[in-house]
Amino acid sequence: MDNQIIIKIVLIAALAVFAVFLMLPGSGARHLALRRLSMIGLFAIAVVAVVFPQLINDVANAVGVGRGTDLLLYGLIVVFIGNSLAASRRYRHTEREVTNLARALALAEAPKPGSHQD
Amino acid sequence: MPLYNEGQVVREVILQARAVFPNIVCVDDGSSDNSADEAAAAGAVVVKHPINLGQGAALQTGLDYAMSDPSAEFFVTFDSDGQHGLDDALAMVTRLSEEPVDVIIGSRFLDGRTKPGRIKKVVLKLAVIFENVSTGVRLTDAHNGLRALNRRAVSVIRIEQNRMAHASEIVAKIGQNKLRYAEHPVHIIYTDYSRAKGQSVWNLVNILNDLIFK
Ligand SMILES: Nc1nc2c(ncn2[C@@H]2O[C@H](COP(=O)(O)OP(=O)(O)OP(=O)(O)O)[C@@H](O)[C@H]2O)c(=O)[nH]1
Ligand SMILES: [Mg+2]
Repeated sequence: MDNQIIIKIVLIAALAVFAVFLMLPGSGARHLALRRLSMIGLFAIAVVAVVFPQLINDVANAVGVGRGTDLLLYGLIVVFIGNSLAASRRYRHTEREVTNLARALALAEAPKPGSHQD
Repeated sequence: MPLYNEGQVVREVILQARAVFPNIVCVDDGSSDNSADEAAAAGAVVVKHPINLGQGAALQTGLDYAMSDPSAEFFVTFDSDGQHGLDDALAMVTRLSEEPVDVIIGSRFLDGRTKPGRIKKVVLKLAVIFENVSTGVRLTDAHNGLRALNRRAVSVIRIEQNRMAHASEIVAKIGQNKLRYAEHPVHIIYTDYSRAKGQSVWNLVNILNDLIFK
């Protein structure tokens, strides 16, 4: 039970990485690349987990989690949070672009200042 | 003037305002009622967002428009729901032209005229403390839509908060850019109409969210 500390460190570190990720301005290319790399990583982990179920159990025991399913649940939660953060970040970016677009459109359609008659 | 679904009142608000301020730009934010037509009928320039972006975005669009007129010296943000007083707005512009300040923010707490509900008062007071601590700008009201700005202030304050967090953002930018600011006592008129339509105090949560997750 005393090696539970390992899983705690791993989980907290993962969440801390997300927090830092969220603060960084970040270039489009790096973000996209990191997103794709993590997708590939997840895919690989999923395949390994299906092929060698016992391996998951062993890893779980090594980091101080009782069962493999618990480890998978933790992993799922971390991935879910990370995905939510990335999605909301992308959403805010899109929103800013939509705002600029809508504003440009609105101003282009407005009468020139000074030309207004009533 | 940010405008969103105020068709019932906006014509009267603009007609009265035009007697004092001849150049009025109203930013209709995808209203689903006849707000835009009413505003135009009252003689305002109406700039129309194709979709609803929020009050902050509307203010920035209106300021962009007004700034494109090089003869404009002073700018006033004024609610279209009839909650603001023209005498207050005029006094603020007069002060702006006479005193060495860049921006004047209205405050409903400097005299006893305004009667906000109790919960609203508490929320606003908490928000004031938050803003004072986080921006270093000392104000007594946190979310007052009545402001007067000169060209310098408008050019350095770029509103990026589309929704209600723009009020705190403006205060923060006043601090960051070391603008010279002052407060002016204003009367916010709470009618049944405005109380029914006004901001829910739940917006506090949304505002904090917008401020934290930029
Ligand atoms: N353009 C635009 N204007 C808005 C939007 N929401 C509100 N407004 C306008 O902003 C002004 C103030 O809105 P209110 O909802 O009354 O907010 P408030 O005056 O800060 O809050 P109260 O003290 O509760 O009245 C009014 O002129 C509204 O028409 C929006 O989404 N877009
Ligand atoms: Mg109002």
